[in-house]
Amino acid sequence: MKDIKIEVNKLSLYYGEKLALNEISMQIPRNKVTALIGPSGCGKSTFLRSINRMNDLIPDVKITGEMLVEGVNIYDKNVDVVNIRKKIGMVFQKSNPFPKSIYENIAYGPKINGIKDKKQLDEIVETSLRQAAIWDEVKDRLGDSAMGLSGGQQQRLCIARTLAVSPDIVLMDEPASALDPISTSKIEELVHQLKEQYTIIIVTHNMQQAARTSDYTAFFYLGELIEMDKTKSIFTKPSKKQTEDYITGRFG
Amino acid sequence: MSSQNPTTFSFTKESLKKQFRWSEFLAEKIISGVAFLSIAIIFLIFIFVFKESLPLFSSSKTVEKTEIQVTSTTQPETYGAPTEDLEPETYGTPTEDLTAIDVVETNELEPETYGEAVEELTVGTEEETPKITETNKEGKNNTWSTFLSCEWFPVSENPRFGLIALLIGTLKVTIIAMLFAGPLGVLAALYTSTFASKRAKEIIKPVIELLAAFPSVVIGFFALMIMATFFQNLFGYETRLNAFVGGVAMALAAIPIIYTISEDALSAVPKTYTEASLALGASKWQTAFFVTLPAAIPGIFAAILLGIGRVFGETMIVLMATGNAALNSANPFESVRTFAATIGSEMAETVFGETHYSVLFFIGSLLFVFSFGLNALAEFYVKGKLIKKIQGK
Repeated sequence: MKDIKIEVNKLSLYYGEKLALNEISMQIPRNKVTALIGPSGCGKSTFLRSINRMNDLIPDVKITGEMLVEGVNIYDKNVDVVNIRKKIGMVFQKSNPFPKSIYENIAYGPKINGIKDKKQLDEIVETSLRQAAIWDEVKDRLGDSAMGLSGGQQQRLCIARTLAVSPDIVLMDEPASALDPISTSKIEELVHQLKEQYTIIIVTHNMQQAARTSDYTAFFYLGELIEMDKTKSIFTKPSKKQTEDYITGRFG
Repeated sequence: MSSQNPTTFSFTKESLKKQFRWSEFLAEKIISGVAFLSIAIIFLIFIFVFKESLPLFSSSKTVEKTEIQVTSTTQPETYGAPTEDLEPETYGTPTEDLTAIDVVETNELEPETYGEAVEELTVGTEEETPKITETNKEGKNNTWSTFLSCEWFPVSENPRFGLIALLIGTLKVTIIAMLFAGPLGVLAALYTSTFASKRAKEIIKPVIELLAAFPSVVIGFFALMIMATFFQNLFGYETRLNAFVGGVAMALAAIPIIYTISEDALSAVPKTYTEASLALGASKWQTAFFVTLPAAIPGIFAAILLGIGRVFGETMIVLMATGNAALNSANPFESVRTFAATIGSEMAETVFGETHYSVLFFIGSLLFVFSFGLNALAEFYVKGKLIKKIQGK
């Protein structure tokens, strides 16, 4: 693990009084896919959302510790949260395209970043949609409402929308949990291609998905990071008993 | 066997037989009855209001004598007969007495106006009818031609009913009111739904909504006594009570409606849209203006239409604050007279059945038609084209 993109030092997060993350320390490598696994309520989504400070939206959240992205602590007082999110994109569990046209969905991000040139926008829209492997399906109806797409297409549209602002890191919160196997495999394929350009962190409940798509896997349990290693080692010879119990399904 | 425990009954043809549930049947019928009744009441109100203005139409065209007789015979059906049937019930004998006296008077004094219907009541001689309607014809032709003029002199020797002046007044006040109430209401709603802290929202929302419960006469009084003087000192115009003062006062009445409905629409925008936008690196303002607001457009448009409806039909505030002079000018600092205020101020002074009386009811029907048209516009244009334009096909 040489090239480190994100370094987390003793990050703790409280929802009011409740401790949700307990002194998490980990290193996330550049241009690799890191999967976060663990049972529901173990804090993996909370951890993911704290990487681009989406937890700021929830009242009464208190965070201690450091989250260094390229050496910069994003919880530093002088850091602008809007700029962080421009560099750290996020794809949500439930696909959430805007109630606008397909084109406008993708062009929204570049537009708020000040790109006004129509030609440039067209180009960004096309490359983003191509990257998300949905261009061929929607190229003839860019003016149609994004709400008319199928669930799998909507999710890939959301990925394209995230890519359109050219982030460094893409966070994915169970991106395929609501999709059928065909759409899921398309998304997984996509994740595989995208890691060449982006650092990807993906939360998943699906152990096979973690095994298939990721290079590294981190296992969370009850707000603590139990173990993080190469995916291969986690799934073949985990060093902790809890991890083994979980991935073999003998948990609880 | 018939008194089986419902949870343990077996699947036999007997136990699965269709049952007739009296209470459910009754409840269903009562509910649908109430629904139809409320629709019917609205229709009846419209029909009644429109019917009162019918004398304007019945003899407005240049008609042959024979046709006049037709109208005079058809009219009792629409107008005369109901009064015979209904009025004795409601007013009892006094009406009969009164109309009887009226007839004598109207026949002598004002043959222009209402001759036909009243006659039928007292069974006047048939020969008189054509004559009266003939005079009616001329008078009412004049009435119609004055509709498009800009002069509102309903009680002069030569009465002129210039609806255009009233229309201009109504539109002027409505536009001024919406210029204030629209942006203020929508932006206040946007603030409370997206920027305000939970605590601030808990205070602001009820306070603005409280304004909706304000009696309009109080707002009118406030406008009349305080706002009018204040604005006059501020802008230094001549007429103290004018469209601007009335419009601003009406905005006060319309803001709570616009605010409440747009706030609901904005709050109903899924949080996932906001999250998605913020995760793309949009600021709070960008998210509010480019995602939340467009997503709530249908609701906001409905809010504005309701606001326009409120302003259009509002009577007390305009009556008190606009000066009530039917002028034909585009200057917002001159007195105006609106449709609603005209009905409100003149209805008590008209003679029952006179042309002026019918014109006021005609204005009432116009208000009805306008609000109906407004809603139709919202339904077909907004829900169809506008939303497609904003939110994709």
